[in-house]
Amino acid sequence: MSILVNKDSKIICQGLTGRQGTFHAEQCIEYGTQIVAGVTPGRGGETHLGLPVFDTMTDAVSETGADVSLIFVPAPFAADAVLAAADSGVDLIICITEGLPVLDMVKVKAAMQDYDCRLIGPNCPGIITPGECKIGIMPGFIHKPGKIGVISRSGTLTYEAVYQTTCNGLGQTTCIGIGGDPVRGMNFIDCLELFEKDDATEGVVMVGEIGGTDEEAAARYISDHMSKPVVAYIAGVTAPPGKRMGHAGAIISGGEGTATAKYAALEEAGVATVRSPAELGSAMLEQLNG
Amino acid sequence: MNLHEYQAKQLFAQFGIPVPSGQVAATPDQAIAAAEQLGGDLWVVKAQVHAGGRGKAGGVDLARNTTEVGAAAQKMLGTQLVTKQTGAEGLPVNQVFVEAGSTIQRELYLSMLVDRSCERIAFMASADGGMDIEEVAAKTPERIFTIAVNPAAGLLPYQARQLGYGMGLDKQQMGPFIKLAQNLYRLFCESDASLLEINPLIVNGEGDLVALDGKINIEDNALFRQQKLAEMRDASQEDEAENRAAEHGLSYVSLDGNIACMVNGAGLAMATMDLIKLQGGDPANFLDVGGGATAERVAAAFKLILSNPAVKAILVNIFGGIVRCDVIAQGIIQAVTEINVNVPVVVRLEGTNVEQGRALLADSHLDITTADNLTDAANKVVTAAAI
Repeated sequence: MSILVNKDSKIICQGLTGRQGTFHAEQCIEYGTQIVAGVTPGRGGETHLGLPVFDTMTDAVSETGADVSLIFVPAPFAADAVLAAADSGVDLIICITEGLPVLDMVKVKAAMQDYDCRLIGPNCPGIITPGECKIGIMPGFIHKPGKIGVISRSGTLTYEAVYQTTCNGLGQTTCIGIGGDPVRGMNFIDCLELFEKDDATEGVVMVGEIGGTDEEAAARYISDHMSKPVVAYIAGVTAPPGKRMGHAGAIISGGEGTATAKYAALEEAGVATVRSPAELGSAMLEQLNG
Repeated sequence: MNLHEYQAKQLFAQFGIPVPSGQVAATPDQAIAAAEQLGGDLWVVKAQVHAGGRGKAGGVDLARNTTEVGAAAQKMLGTQLVTKQTGAEGLPVNQVFVEAGSTIQRELYLSMLVDRSCERIAFMASADGGMDIEEVAAKTPERIFTIAVNPAAGLLPYQARQLGYGMGLDKQQMGPFIKLAQNLYRLFCESDASLLEINPLIVNGEGDLVALDGKINIEDNALFRQQKLAEMRDASQEDEAENRAAEHGLSYVSLDGNIACMVNGAGLAMATMDLIKLQGGDPANFLDVGGGATAERVAAAFKLILSNPAVKAILVNIFGGIVRCDVIAQGIIQAVTEINVNVPVVVRLEGTNVEQGRALLADSHLDITTADNLTDAANKVVTAAAI
């Protein structure tokens, strides 16, 4: 079992013909992911990577029956691409693109209330169900089918957590990179809810970082609704206030969003926290065996 | 990207938000000429730096004649203004803003930002203007009024009225305030602002609303479509190393410690700083070399790190996903050879082609220590920096 995506997921890649789209779609296909088509306005009718290219999302979905969209469209056009995907009727949109203006995302989030459709990202590594499908830019080989759900705001830091649960034999059901932007699609709570319902998931690793209050909200959710063990790490204990630490969303402002406050909220909710990302795997093992 | 007060007020005026008349000056003579042109018998001379807290730091002076205007400009221009928001070095005052003096009946607070929790543009207003709003929020949160704007509907008059009543505006001021708030909303959206603050928004002697100060931040991600605003950038107000980093596609923030780090990915870079601290060391910087860490970028990153004389050791932490570890190793070797790195370097590689990467480093006969895992890497670099 897994959440959101599996071996039957059929994916359309928006921006397939671009450099990023081509490179990563190829890697996804190599992993076994069913990418069935691409969309690039003006390139409809062409074939790229052996896949049909369509002018619009609507055409692509009606021709292929795809249920997921993976977006590599450049930032100035990415908000448009997300809403084109939502309007085409897919269930899940994964937007890898980095650098979307936040006011574009404000509009996207408001408009998406009209659709029964989930968004992951933007500015994220994507989602993977090990052994079944990889929809994103993460290195496939560090993953292994297993029993841990992984949720993270960061890319390479997710890989650390994943790799540890691969090395200690736990493996993963599904790993989701929710992205580092201040306004984004799925948040921790949305993912926790799905992992709690998923029979194959026995525990959840949560990797947060400074900025915003999503981790605090997740802590309340965990204490009220989660029966499965959760292990959490928060990056940015040493980050100075007022400075953007790479991600647009990783900034401590107005005294809000510090790692200390997030750790305190999570610990109060009964979450096993670790102060070093190197301990995420062993802490999860301990939770499951203890 | 931050704007200066005078730039923010130009935008205010453009969008129909009342501001005092004023002119920017780069020399005391220009300041005197500005005062003469503005006329009247009271002026305010304000240092233009990208930081708040100017008043208490000597960056805002009242002048009752043009000689005093010149003297105030003379005092401020060419200095480094240190406020509680600037750090010990302060920021250079290259320009002053000379403004016609205003009579003040009341001082209010008004700001806008993108509220992450409700994912909308939000307004914050308070009758307690002219003070530190964080202090108001901490001590008397009930005196701050907040509303969030639905992007489809825009700011509605009833919402603006809620803010107006919250600030204790009277009948005469309510109409103009609704217009002012709606103009601000338009300015915020059309300029891709991420933060806008008017503190204080005053009720002047005539009972009219006037923006006495102005602060606007423009979102960096949107600068591609804000060419005119992008030209307002004042690099003299920004950290030089951080700007140089940005030119090479690196994300860099300088810190006070002596252990430099070079990492791929923002989250992992923060985690690496935290680990160094956890092992008893002090990080000298945050540095994300990004996903496509090429040899050139690695070399640029080493140069940047070494421009900080406090650095005693360097930790390179790369999780090679799409980027292969052997490519990264070659980049490190090339950079260390070319740039004459004279402090110990600890390298931790993990991921794709990690064995080849480690072998390359071992065979290079350079003074590079390799580490097996995160904890080991942090330990080794803290030890190296302590020698």
